[in-house]
Amino acid sequence: MSNDARTDGGTVTEADPGASAGLLAGIDGYRVLLYLGLLGMLTFFLIPIESGLVTSFKNPSGVSGSLPFAPPTGGTFTFEKWRAAFDALGRGLINSALYAIPATVISALLGSFAAYGITQSDWKQKYKAPVLALFVAGIFIPYQAVLVPLSQFWSMVPLQEWLGFLWALGINNDYAGVVELVVTHVAYGLPICTVLFRSYYKNMSEEMIEAARLDGASIRRIYRRIVLPLSGPMFAVVLIYQFTQIWNDLLFTLVLVQTESSAAAPIVLILAGLGTSLEGQDFALRMAGAFIAALPTLAVYIAFGEEFAEGVAT
Amino acid sequence: MTRNTDTGDDSGDAVADGGVAEGGQRSGFSPIAALNERFGSDFVESSQFWLPPFLLVGLFVYGAIIWNLLISLTDFRGFGTPDYGDLDLQMYSRALADSGFIDAAINTFILLVGFTLVTLALGLGLAILIDRNIRFENTFRTIYLLPMSLSFVVTAQFWAWMFNFNNGVINIVITSLGLGRVDWIGNPDIVLWAVMFALMWQFAGYAMVVFLAGLRAIPNEHYEAAKVDGASTVRMYWRVIIPQLKGSTISASVVLMVFALKAFDFLYSLVGGYRPPNGADILATKMVREAYANLNWAYASAVAITLFLMTLGIVGPYLYYQYNRGNL
Repeated sequence: MSNDARTDGGTVTEADPGASAGLLAGIDGYRVLLYLGLLGMLTFFLIPIESGLVTSFKNPSGVSGSLPFAPPTGGTFTFEKWRAAFDALGRGLINSALYAIPATVISALLGSFAAYGITQSDWKQKYKAPVLALFVAGIFIPYQAVLVPLSQFWSMVPLQEWLGFLWALGINNDYAGVVELVVTHVAYGLPICTVLFRSYYKNMSEEMIEAARLDGASIRRIYRRIVLPLSGPMFAVVLIYQFTQIWNDLLFTLVLVQTESSAAAPIVLILAGLGTSLEGQDFALRMAGAFIAALPTLAVYIAFGEEFAEGVAT
Repeated sequence: MTRNTDTGDDSGDAVADGGVAEGGQRSGFSPIAALNERFGSDFVESSQFWLPPFLLVGLFVYGAIIWNLLISLTDFRGFGTPDYGDLDLQMYSRALADSGFIDAAINTFILLVGFTLVTLALGLGLAILIDRNIRFENTFRTIYLLPMSLSFVVTAQFWAWMFNFNNGVINIVITSLGLGRVDWIGNPDIVLWAVMFALMWQFAGYAMVVFLAGLRAIPNEHYEAAKVDGASTVRMYWRVIIPQLKGSTISASVVLMVFALKAFDFLYSLVGGYRPPNGADILATKMVREAYANLNWAYASAVAITLFLMTLGIVGPYLYYQYNRGNL
C-alpha cells in the first residue's frame, strides 16, 4: 500500500524509513507536531486508567495526600485494597463467567445458524429482506423498552420448579438468575451476531457450496462440512465482541439478579455499589475493584485487539 | 393432502411471478412443497437454521416491545399483575405533566447531540493522525480503542475519581493552570457536560476505527490530485477527503446515538444507585428508577416507549438509507 501520497513534504522521513535512531532521526517540524499530537492523545486516553491503577495501591493518606497520577511512595504503598476488592468481588468473577461464557457461545452459534439460513440458501429475496430487517433493527433496541415485560416474563416462568434438581444438589436457588441471564443475553445478542456472520457469509466463495449442492448435499451437511469450518475467523470476532458486551453489561444483571447480596450476583453488580457509603467514598477500593472487573475483558482485548476492532467496526 | 387447494392456488401465483425456477417440486401437493414454491426452493429446509433464532428474537425483542406498549396503557404499579381490561393514555399525559420527565427528555437530547458531535470530531481527528503514515500505528490504535473494551461500570469508577473535587486529576490540572476547582459531579449545570466528556473518552476510539476504514477506502489518487493542485493538507482534508466520509459519518453517528441513549449503566455506577446526580437524569435512568425503585411499572413503560420512539426516529431512516443502498 503506497501511503507515501499521504505525507506532504515529509520526504526526508520517507527517504529513510529504517533509521535506527528511531523517531527523532531526520524528522521535520511537521512530523514532530504529528507525534506530539499522537502522544498527547495517548496521555488523554491513558491517564484515567493510569491514575486509577496507582491509586488502587495507595493507603488512605496516600490517596488524599498525593497527586492522583503519581505512583505510591514507600510509606503509602499497600496491597490492602486489592485484597479487600478481591474478597468482595471474587464470587462475582465466578458468577459472571457462569453466564457470560455460555451466553457468548450459544449466541455466536445461533447467530451463525441464522445468518447461514438467510444468506446461503435459496429462497426469495422478497421474503428474506423483512426477516433480515428485523434482525438488524434488533441491534439498536434500547433495552429499557423491553425491561418491564422481561421482568414480567421471568416472574411467570416457573424456573425455580424446573431447576429443582439443582437446588436438591445443594446449589443456592439464586442461581436461577444465571439461567435467566444466559437466555436473555442470547436473545438480545442474537441480532448483532447474525448481522456480523451475514456480512461474512455474503462474501464467502460460492463455488464450493454450489458444487456440494450439485452433488446433492443437504443444507445441514453443507453447513457442517463447508460453512462451519470456514467460519473460524468470524467466530473469533463474534465471540470476542459478545463476551465483552455480556461481561460488561450492568442493566440486565440489575433487573434479573437485583441485589448484590444475591449468591449469584455478577461482578459488575457488586462493583457498581463498591466503596460508596454514607461516610464517604473509598476510591482506592473502587479502583482496585474496577481493575479486577476489567481484567477478563482487558486480557481478551490485549490478546485479540484486531478481532475486537473488526467487531465494533461492523 | 388434497385439501390444500388454497395453497395450491398461491403457489400457482408464485410460479406466475417467475420467482421459482424449479416447477418440478409441485408433485405431491405436500404443505412443504407448497411453502417452498411460495417462498423459494430452500425455504423449509433452511428454516431449521434461521427459524429458532428468528423466533427467539421475535419474542424477546418485538413481542416484548408490544407487551411493553400494552403495559404502558394500563395503570399497573406496585406488586401483582397488570390489569389489561382498562387501557388508556393516562401514563403519557402524566409524563407530559411531569417536570422530571421533561427535564430527562431534554437532557437525553443534549447528551445525544453533544456527545455524538464531540465524539465524531475527536474520532475523525484521531483517524487522520493515525492515517498519516506513522510508526507504531498499531500501538496507538490499540490504546485509543482500549476504553471501548471496558465496562461502563469500570469507566464510571475511573471518572468518578478523575472528577473528584479535592484530588481528581481534572481539578488538579485546572488549579495548576491557576483556575478555581469545579464541582463536576455536584453542580447540576455542569454534570451533564462532564458525563459527556467521559463518554467521549470511552467511544472516540470507536469513531476512529469507523473513520479509519472510511479513509483507507478512499483511492490514493484523490490525495495525489489534491496535492498536484497545490492544496494545503488542511484544505485537502476539508475539501476533498472529509466529504467522502459521509457513509462512515452516518453509521458512526447512529451507533453513537444509540450508545448515548443507553448511558444508563454509566450513570448508575457513577453514584451506585438509581438516582443519578442532579442535572444528569436521562430517560434511560428515569425509566429504570420508576420501574425498579418506585414500582411504577406502567409509567416506566410509557417512558420506555418514548425512548423507543426516539431510537426509532434515529434508526428508522438509517435502516431505510442502508436498504436503499443495498447494504442490508
